[in-house]
Amino acid sequence: MLHVSASPHIRDNVTTQRIMLHVIIALMPTVIASGFIFGYRAPLLFAISAAACAGFEVLSRIAMKREQTVGDLSAVVTGLLLAASLPVETPIWIILIGAFMAVVFVKQMFGGLGSNFANPAVTARIILSVSFAGPLSKFSALPRYAATVTPGVAFKQVATTGADLVSSATPLGVLNNAIPGTQVPSTMDLFLGRHAGCIGEVCIIAILIGGLYLLITGVIDIWAPLAYIGSTVAFVAQLGQDPVVHLFSGALMLAAFFMVTDYVTTPATIVGKITFGVGAGILTGLLRIFSAMPEGVSYAILLMNILTPHIERWTAPITLGARKKTRKQQS
Amino acid sequence: MKLKFQWLGLSRAIHPAGNKHTANQSIVPLTGFKEVSIPLDMQVGPGCKPTVAKGDHVNIGDLIGEPLGPWSVPVHASVSGKVTKIEKQILSDGEKTEYVTIESDGKNTVSESLLPPVVSDKESFLKAVRDAGLVGLGGAAFPTHIKLNPPPGKTVDTLIVNAAECEPYITTDHRIALDYADDVIYGALVTAHWCSIDSVIIGTEDNKKDAARSLEEAAKRAKEGECSSYWPKNGVTVKVLPTSYPTGAEKVLIHLLMDRVVPEGGLPADVGVIVQNITTLCVLAQSLKTGMPLVKKAITLDGSAVKKPGNYEVPIGAPIRDVIECAGGTVSEPAKIIMGGPMMGVAVDDISRPILKNNNAILIFDEKEAKLPKESACISCGRCLRACPMRLQPMKLDKAARAINPNELEELHVMNCIECGSCTYVCPAKRYLVQNIRNGKAYVRAEAQAAKENAKKGDSN
Repeated sequence: MLHVSASPHIRDNVTTQRIMLHVIIALMPTVIASGFIFGYRAPLLFAISAAACAGFEVLSRIAMKREQTVGDLSAVVTGLLLAASLPVETPIWIILIGAFMAVVFVKQMFGGLGSNFANPAVTARIILSVSFAGPLSKFSALPRYAATVTPGVAFKQVATTGADLVSSATPLGVLNNAIPGTQVPSTMDLFLGRHAGCIGEVCIIAILIGGLYLLITGVIDIWAPLAYIGSTVAFVAQLGQDPVVHLFSGALMLAAFFMVTDYVTTPATIVGKITFGVGAGILTGLLRIFSAMPEGVSYAILLMNILTPHIERWTAPITLGARKKTRKQQS
Repeated sequence: MKLKFQWLGLSRAIHPAGNKHTANQSIVPLTGFKEVSIPLDMQVGPGCKPTVAKGDHVNIGDLIGEPLGPWSVPVHASVSGKVTKIEKQILSDGEKTEYVTIESDGKNTVSESLLPPVVSDKESFLKAVRDAGLVGLGGAAFPTHIKLNPPPGKTVDTLIVNAAECEPYITTDHRIALDYADDVIYGALVTAHWCSIDSVIIGTEDNKKDAARSLEEAAKRAKEGECSSYWPKNGVTVKVLPTSYPTGAEKVLIHLLMDRVVPEGGLPADVGVIVQNITTLCVLAQSLKTGMPLVKKAITLDGSAVKKPGNYEVPIGAPIRDVIECAGGTVSEPAKIIMGGPMMGVAVDDISRPILKNNNAILIFDEKEAKLPKESACISCGRCLRACPMRLQPMKLDKAARAINPNELEELHVMNCIECGSCTYVCPAKRYLVQNIRNGKAYVRAEAQAAKENAKKGDSN
């Protein structure tokens, strides 16, 4: 018996699973760095979130009587990104709710990987931050780093955390509210992540290592991150804010390399990627400066996710030698 | 690791493993076939009707099938012996056609009636081309005499010799360039001369630099030698392109070599170009010199199940099974047999299928190599978009084809797809993109056909 199939008869060895594995590897520096900055609880949160997302993926596929897809590892990536955008003191039950929202509501209910129009991790983070505003705006860091952020130590919340963690303001919180006695950390502290913030967002150098890995392995290309970072920085600088602080704080860097580059929810064409990046950049700047929230990255990305199908249509490539008129237009 | 600038996301081609294992092996003639079974339709357009009857004796080069229409090219006997069967059988593309089966007498007697054709003008040249039974030997099997005679009103200024051979495994064109460079150049010069074409450009890839050198030297010899009177006004240029797939696709090659874009639905002649495969020109030159029509074909035999990969010259109509045996057999049970390259070749359903005129390779895969991955959901990564040499949107075409939506397919310019398979090759979700796009083309054709018939009905009412 001979196999018969239509050509081509060979395939490249890149698979969805391998791409997702590359993203997981690229997030590892961030996970490791979070352990140094926030203590053991941070990597633990990453692990719990990833496991929860994978678990919900399995359960929802069973419930929907559909083929099991957890092997593509996309749920693990979602889990890591969700944890990355949460503060270290987030209660575990909140993380579980976030994982449920991301995987079941945002992803599987729209048809699973590839069919979700919004980034699951970003959307779940928004749902959580709106639903649990209290616990999720409590940013902490280990005392030795927290001290470099705020000489006055206590900022919005009074420290409630026992001995090993000290609550403090995030740099953007400081920048926006200009509370006396608080100051923006030095650029070096920002770059190394020695300040309060979400566990996967603070260490810029770790994110850059991961981003570089994704670029070298060809998982992402440079256009979307470049357009996003460039437009955000240009926008806030135009409005007179310190671009370096904006560049190195909040979710900007993480989003630039891991969210703005998400295949499913962003355009596939180069012009589309640049459009998406610039749009998200301007929105991020606007939200950071003019909204009541200190951070605007998630909302900016979600809004651009919604625009993605339209951007893809506007930026569709023109086929070689295209005849301008289609039959439909002629008739 | 070779540093690739993937991060720019600009690549417009794919780089499958070359697997050109047989590039160092000259073409070896295989003989001793007991029986050949020659289909009378091995080309684009209608085929032939038999001119021989059961029991007739034929010699190599004798006509066995005469053209059914202006596009058809004749078919000739590839062994000497007795016609034992003339019957309709299915071809590997699913069409039914007549097969003439000849039992070899083992003598390989060449027909005495073969004489070099007398060529005095374009018309007699095209007749000679057609009488040689020539079709595009790069794989497309488009009748050569039609291709060389573009519709009136189109001026052709360049003959492109396609020596790109971008498909993995295949090395016959490479060998032809090395071993028969003089014939290739002669074929190109004669073609350019009689079709009044001023420049000849030979396009090859940088994994065949020796082929480029060989052709350049042959061109130099031709310029100074006896066929200098055929030398085209603007000369012969050999251009070496970076190795990638699908450089050798006609429209892509024209774009890469000359920066001319063939309009959608148009012909190369629309931009003043005729493209001929290097092997076609080589056979043409040999036929002009000896009168021997196309009865043998050089093929690359390769693949994981083949014991002795190599380049072999086999009579057209020889069963694949006998070719494999003759060439040393297999190392494992064949699981998939491909006529042509792994990117665009046709998987055959039966090991006894015959070698065709346009065959340039027989690839035999073992079970492991034959196994294709399972499809999963599209993650919109855009790899197909970047790989498409025609700048189409394969993932959108795929969706529209699965939804059987001819209007959307047409808006996405489905008919401009050259079916090179690059999109399917790169897809990390292993989606059967080009396969569905082919279906999509069929839907659009059917729709157009139906519209035509409706219009006719409307007229008659």
